[in-house]
Amino acid sequence: MAKKSEVKLLGAWPSPFVLRARIALNIKSVDYEFLEENFQPKSQLLVQSNPVYKKIPVLIHQDKPICESLIIVQYVDDVWSSDGPSILPADPYDRAVARFWATYVDDKLFPAMKSIAGAKGEEERKRLIKEVEEGLALLEDAFNKITTKGNNNYLFFGGDQIGYLDIAFGSLLGWLRVTEISNGVKLFDQVKTPGLVNWAESFSSHGAVKDVMPQTHNLLEFAKTLMTKMAHTN
Amino acid sequence: MDGDSVKLIGFWASPPVLRVKWALALKGIEYQYVEEDLSNKSDMLLNYNPVYKKVPVLVHQGKPLAESLLILEYIDETWKQNPLLPHSPYERAHARFWSKFVDDKCVPTVIAAFSKGGEEQQKAAEEARENLKMLEVGLEGKRFFGGDKIGFVDIAIGWLPYWIGIVEEIVGMNLIDADSMPKLNSWFHAFLDIPIIKECMPPHDKLLNHTKAFLQVLTSSSSP
Repeated sequence: MAKKSEVKLLGAWPSPFVLRARIALNIKSVDYEFLEENFQPKSQLLVQSNPVYKKIPVLIHQDKPICESLIIVQYVDDVWSSDGPSILPADPYDRAVARFWATYVDDKLFPAMKSIAGAKGEEERKRLIKEVEEGLALLEDAFNKITTKGNNNYLFFGGDQIGYLDIAFGSLLGWLRVTEISNGVKLFDQVKTPGLVNWAESFSSHGAVKDVMPQTHNLLEFAKTLMTKMAHTN
Repeated sequence: MDGDSVKLIGFWASPPVLRVKWALALKGIEYQYVEEDLSNKSDMLLNYNPVYKKVPVLVHQGKPLAESLLILEYIDETWKQNPLLPHSPYERAHARFWSKFVDDKCVPTVIAAFSKGGEEQQKAAEEARENLKMLEVGLEGKRFFGGDKIGFVDIAIGWLPYWIGIVEEIVGMNLIDADSMPKLNSWFHAFLDIPIIKECMPPHDKLLNHTKAFLQVLTSSSSP
């Protein structure tokens, strides 16, 4: 087992991408030192360990940096392969499907969600919300297909245990809730996305998640502060 | 065997499709190639890739897969000969990082450098060169990104200098040169010299004409 000093995670509490790394490390019961980055300005460590993007999270293992959240999750799964359950599925096709949807979350769902706050006008706001809803409908469909494979009824995308896609998508739940509250919309509901509603609850209360997932009200406060700052600098 | 059949749906000028062709060739995998008319997408493509409706799509044992980098990982995990990804977790993470870096940063800035005009183009070209230069870090005294032999990153990004060369011919602007990016330049020439790589490349003149038309569409849609 790695010594605590061997594993450091450079991150910030509101970041869904940092959350992914934390959940992965928790699944593998890896002890690590969490270094909160406050960006005022960016720390030497951040700039040195991620010179390409200068972004969090950065995992530093035995003094070697690993960047990009999903790459970190796969790295953790690779290194601590004999500790705790597997994060990626065993079957290559299932792995590809998990990676596909995780990439979809990053390339389509998250950018659409993020853009809602800065939407110029009501029409754009509605269009972006619709885009997020359509994305969630696709994920609801994927959830049903994956969790009922082979006559099963799994709780998670990863089966009985949370896996790669649960982590990739679940890390966004807090910010999706913030989006719902800030815009007065229901993105998840029992009618449109019943599978995801149940999954979200199971995910949020999972042992590897509940202690590291930021509370929605804290994220809301953070979002308000951010918006105020942005309004003042414009 | 029918049960093991491999089908690749692609388009001759598509770089992501080329990645998959290279991977299949390196592993010695036989497959059926289906050329898609992207201006009139087939029902087959739309069924296999309803989310993005794009090529490449790999169909193995009747199951479809989309997104070229994922397809590369799938090929590597399914057929174990001639491994593409490195063995160590740290180097695997690096391989994934550089492949993604090219798609996320290099490609958009290269496209911007070729499709914008005036001052904006200068800025975009500078950014594109900075990003390309960063790739040299991944080469670090190696002949290829994969070491002595080509690997995952080489086939993930090897198309880019070729395409850049084609566009440089059309636009008359130089992005990669031997002086400022010596490592990248020699890697690129060594990569293109490999017979299996050369065999899969689209013909130069055909690609040149196709890219001219593509650039025209780009520049007309981004003009003020």
